[in-house]
Amino acid sequence: MDKVMDLQIWQMAAAYIFIIILLFIVRLRGIAREKEILISSVRMTLQLILTGYVLMYLFDNSNPFLTILMIAVMEVFAVYNIFKRVNVNLSQKLKKIIAISMVVGTTASLLYFIFVVINLSPWYNPRYFIPIAGMLIGNSMTGISLGVNRLVDGMTTQKHLIESSLMLGATPKVASKEIVDNAFDSAILPTINSMVGMGIVFLPGMMTGQILSGTSPVTAIGYQIAIMLGILGSVALTVILFVQLGYKTFFNEQQQLI
Amino acid sequence: MFRFEDIKYKEILDIKQLTIPLHQITCIVGESGSGKTTLLRLLNKMISATEGEIYYHNTPLSSMDSIALRREIVMLPQTPVIFTGTVKDNLLIGLKFSEKTLQNDEKLIEILKMIDLNKPLEESIENLSGGEKQRLALGRVVLMEPEVFLLDEPSSALDEDTEKVVIEQFVHFSKQHNKTLIMVTHSKAIAQAYSDYQVEIKNGQVVSQKGE
Ligand SMILES: Nc1ncnc2c1ncn2[C@@H]1O[C@H](COP(=O)(O)OP(=O)(O)OP(=O)(O)O)[C@@H](O)[C@H]1O
Ligand SMILES: [Mg+2]
Repeated sequence: MDKVMDLQIWQMAAAYIFIIILLFIVRLRGIAREKEILISSVRMTLQLILTGYVLMYLFDNSNPFLTILMIAVMEVFAVYNIFKRVNVNLSQKLKKIIAISMVVGTTASLLYFIFVVINLSPWYNPRYFIPIAGMLIGNSMTGISLGVNRLVDGMTTQKHLIESSLMLGATPKVASKEIVDNAFDSAILPTINSMVGMGIVFLPGMMTGQILSGTSPVTAIGYQIAIMLGILGSVALTVILFVQLGYKTFFNEQQQLI
Repeated sequence: MFRFEDIKYKEILDIKQLTIPLHQITCIVGESGSGKTTLLRLLNKMISATEGEIYYHNTPLSSMDSIALRREIVMLPQTPVIFTGTVKDNLLIGLKFSEKTLQNDEKLIEILKMIDLNKPLEESIENLSGGEKQRLALGRVVLMEPEVFLLDEPSSALDEDTEKVVIEQFVHFSKQHNKTLIMVTHSKAIAQAYSDYQVEIKNGQVVSQKGE
């Protein structure tokens, strides 16, 4: 990691000019997305600058409590983001299940990763702990959002199918199996697809970042493989928890569809 | 028997007193929207009364396990669901759902005769007409041999002749096996011809209950 090339201010400015050119094109074509592009660029910049300083502080003050606090903040943000992102109505009970699945699923995966796979020392070393947590939590958040949409949608539009199965003596679990399986599939498929194209169609963001900042590609790939497996495991675990607990919220204690 | 005591279901049903005998054929009649389907759904606990209690064999439904009850009191809904697959898959799915032992092909063919469905077991359900699907759903319920059959308009998609054949066979089966049959029907002729007992619903209330 010796000859790392820092970006100069003018180079950053050039990157923004690129976006301004894009804005002109968008306006010329009459696509009404200027505001979104502008806001998301500014937001991303501010968030990343802030994160950069926070991370720098955390790295300089390596401390288990700070690391855990950071993870907690990420979890809260992720759960809140899921609630905002799904375009269906969520019951109070389902919201609780989403939060539990996210926290339990990602934490379990994270601990396995930190203690078994990387065997990090000290275990709370923020330079590793926080980015890995971010990858697992972020991807699980995306997966679970897809799963929530599909589950709630299926449970409402396929009401008739579920009721017909219940009338034939099926348990709620059996009656909603198809919908639950569908929700799981749609949540996990993007992760699986991205693994299939990885390295050939595109270089994943984390690896690109590492290589650009001076890490040898072989080292970067080693981490990338490990993290991809971690992401897959974490997404699968959170989504399984969510669908297995989630479908139950659509039934009452008399096994009736609510 | 089923015994209703001061039953209310939301604003839809309001039944002070109603008894439905076991081992007999009861027809439920009444105009569209009067609450017939809602009444059937109370009997197998797809819904629960908001007020009052329904007794089955003198046991309050509210204290019974819903799943076990639905395996004993099986309902054929007004628009039955046909699952993807073959005729055979659709006949067997009720037994699968209720965790009963599956039947052999001979038995299945016997059922097909009873519902007057002249199709091979391996036929894909995509090729079936609306009325054929309705009969298939009926056959699936017969195969389960529950104590009580709740049929919601089982012959609405059938022509008069087919209707007569199928209902007749079904009634025969039910009598022969000493089952309880509770059937919602629009057809005055069917209610007249086959019912031992008739319940008429109007605006969510029982306006008459009588044995023939
Ligand atoms: N879940 C529900 N919530 C609110 N209202 C309902 C519900 N289910 C049925 N209803 C209403 O209750 C009334 C009775 O419905 P029900 O389905 O029992 O009628 P029905 O006698 O079976 O009619 P049909 O002969 O047309 O099938 C109708 O006005 C219906 O709109
Ligand atoms: Mg009805």
